[in-house]
Amino acid sequence: MLQLPIATHALANGLRVVLSEDHATPIVAVNLWYHVGSANEREGRTGFAHLFEHMLFQGSEHVAANEHFELVQRAGGTLNGSTWLDRTNYYETLPSHQLELALWLEADRMGRLLPAMTQEKLDTQRDVVKNERRWSVDNQPYGTWWERLPAICFPPSHPYHHSLIGSMDDLSAASLEDVAEFFRTYYTPDNAVLSIAGDFEPAAALAMVERHFGPIPRGNGHPALRPMDLPPRFGEWRREVVEDDVVAARSFLAFRVPPCGSEPWYALSLLGAVLGSGEGARLPRALVREARLASDAGAFTFDLTKGADLLICDVTGRQGVPLATLLEALVAQVEQVRADGVSEEERARALALLESGWLLQLQSAGHRADKLSQFATYFGDPQRINTELARYQAVTTAQLHAAARQYLGADNRVSLSYVPRVSAEVAA
Amino acid sequence: MSAGTRPVPAAVRPYQFPEVHHATLPNGLRLVVAPMHRLPIVTALALVDVGAASDPADRDGLVALTARTLDEGTGALDGAELTARFEGMGTAFEAGADWDSTLARVTVTPARLDAAFALFADVLRAPSFPDEDVDRKREERLEDLAQQVAEPRGLADMRFTSALYGGARYGSPAGGSPRSVGGLGATDVRACHARHYGPATTTLILVGDISVDVALRLAEARFGDWRTEATEGVTRAATPSVERQRTVVVAKADAPQSELRIGHVGLPRRHPDHLAVVVMNAILGGLFSSRINLNLRERHAFTYGASSGFDWRRGAGPFVVSTAVKTDVTDRAVQEILREIDAMRAAPPTGDELSLAVDYLAGVFPLRFESTSAVAGAIAGAVVHALPEDWFRSYRDRVRAVSAADVHRVAQAHLDPARLLVLAVGDAAAIEAPLAALAHGTMQVVPATHDFAEPQ
Repeated sequence: MLQLPIATHALANGLRVVLSEDHATPIVAVNLWYHVGSANEREGRTGFAHLFEHMLFQGSEHVAANEHFELVQRAGGTLNGSTWLDRTNYYETLPSHQLELALWLEADRMGRLLPAMTQEKLDTQRDVVKNERRWSVDNQPYGTWWERLPAICFPPSHPYHHSLIGSMDDLSAASLEDVAEFFRTYYTPDNAVLSIAGDFEPAAALAMVERHFGPIPRGNGHPALRPMDLPPRFGEWRREVVEDDVVAARSFLAFRVPPCGSEPWYALSLLGAVLGSGEGARLPRALVREARLASDAGAFTFDLTKGADLLICDVTGRQGVPLATLLEALVAQVEQVRADGVSEEERARALALLESGWLLQLQSAGHRADKLSQFATYFGDPQRINTELARYQAVTTAQLHAAARQYLGADNRVSLSYVPRVSAEVAA
Repeated sequence: MSAGTRPVPAAVRPYQFPEVHHATLPNGLRLVVAPMHRLPIVTALALVDVGAASDPADRDGLVALTARTLDEGTGALDGAELTARFEGMGTAFEAGADWDSTLARVTVTPARLDAAFALFADVLRAPSFPDEDVDRKREERLEDLAQQVAEPRGLADMRFTSALYGGARYGSPAGGSPRSVGGLGATDVRACHARHYGPATTTLILVGDISVDVALRLAEARFGDWRTEATEGVTRAATPSVERQRTVVVAKADAPQSELRIGHVGLPRRHPDHLAVVVMNAILGGLFSSRINLNLRERHAFTYGASSGFDWRRGAGPFVVSTAVKTDVTDRAVQEILREIDAMRAAPPTGDELSLAVDYLAGVFPLRFESTSAVAGAIAGAVVHALPEDWFRSYRDRVRAVSAADVHRVAQAHLDPARLLVLAVGDAAAIEAPLAALAHGTMQVVPATHDFAEPQ
């Protein structure tokens, strides 16, 4: 099996550094994870972690607005950032002789962001994010699913309940002081992991890291998250039906499962692949190929790391197929797995796809750096990049069956369904 | 070095595109091998010289449907069994057609290559095309089209190209329109396969952890005895008869945003100005730091993002600026885009703009080829467009040779305000009058269900 070389270091200010050398091509990836996501937002300020991600490209003491993008692209590199419920990441991949540029840019905004912040920049990015919301949520068929589903699955007081991209009202209410407070609280070296993967010399790279990040002071800590413990199951089947500008019904069926990375989670993640990864998986085979009720079907975990995760099946009906028929067929497949388990062949198929998918992704230096940051941030152990597949390989068909029986029952389901606006009455 | 001092780049480390070896089997099948031994992965890609631009008249979508139905059975195996075999080996058989070619691909570990490649060859050479599976794939295509039309971005893309190219082949989607796809059946698909798939039209590309000798042996073993009368596809006429300034609103009531597409017919891939146009487009709208994106997103906050691009095909594909803007600024956004196109033609770019585009395109080149699949795809593109043998080796030097004067010249030659089509998918009640006031050619408002490529 593939073994990536991994070395870890910690700076005096708490910044964790993960290095993985590979000199095959002259490319290097820099990846910085901050352990802050939408779950850390306070009420009335939803969408802030993501809005803040935009602000991090608006310059810092020695970098002008949008110049971060320009300098990296001028160096022949690619870059971006993303926000999730549990974390925010920022990353660059560049020709390897430009490594120090990426480290300097990341350090300048971690250490010296606030001198560059202005009300005008905040107002502009707030409008950009509102346009992002219109583009990806409001003006998209089924586009509201990724805020509606967590809202049903987690109680209102829970950090995962609210929208990641935020409401228009909360975005409007964000102030420059909110930006400063959020930055001082969470964007500190002791709340971050810096990974470097690809073509670099470790001693030289560490010296650069120390030079640029070393002087940044440790943070003052941050408030604890609101309680995230939940009962292991929903305890009932909660259903919601939404009318939307869509041509066919779509259902999301979610189950509450243990958090991403926990021991039982691997069986549930593999079960998701058995159900929904690839055309030969249970759901596409049964619903798309055989019954011809659906045009698309899949299953996946949401990969939440605190308290509980979700295993989600999603299925899109063919035009004219009533929601009830579609949902019934989906549930029948779930019930069948609970009753009879899965075959060794199905387990092997899902595992083979997972293994090769893993290998294909690791071709990219950027992806290797991202996984290292992820494992270090969530589990304190970047070495898990080398043992992750073994965790999946150890899952037996008996464990898959047990996981299905334990978590996929009628006492642990949320269904969010979309129906074409005109036929809503028929569907209900 | 103190904080605030920008670091100086270290010495550039050499990069070479993987070495590419060519061979031809006695039956005419061409083989290209590019060894990359970094990870235990091999991509096998078959390129068949027939694309959607070669669809028979009134059979739009046939070439794509043929590609998508290849893996619905071969010999004793049906489609479900084929899927299970490939997925059991940790891979999937992926096939599709773009405008100029049909591509089929599998990526596997070397240990599984023999078995996967044997199945891959069977599927390409002797697909069974069962009636009921061809029917199902046709229905799935119709479902996809319906979903695409319900989605503002997909609707804008489709209506833009149909308004631009009319009844020419590029005016309907590569996968066909609802009307043309509805008429396709298993007989058409079998005929398409018989006519176009064979050793004379196929290039086999093997990239990854494999030697040239092993690749030759594999190709010989699985394709050496392939004999067909296949001929390459003939590209149908691509350009419309008339282009002029026009504004079209596709009405979608209460839409919170307007999806904008602004452009005209571009130029074919093999045009000598290709690389200079790529650089020019990077400055205009190809990069995050491009004029159009910085104007619409960072200066005016009209949008989440705006970009421009030329679609490079054997025929003249579209040049198009794409963005989605808040409804009440639709007219101002259009005005800014038109202004940026004019400005691109009015003067050469600044030295900073040119160096940003050139340094980015040259520098990012190695980053584009980290995976076996990406390298195989790039080689396929070189075959399709018959690019010179040293294309990849000399790419960065040729990009760096593009001058500000070149950019200015190609902007004047290949951006033409007099031919621009402005299309907006949005709330007609709110945007029709403001767009009409811009007086950009004739103004037409059509319902979302309207299809330009079909009789009105």
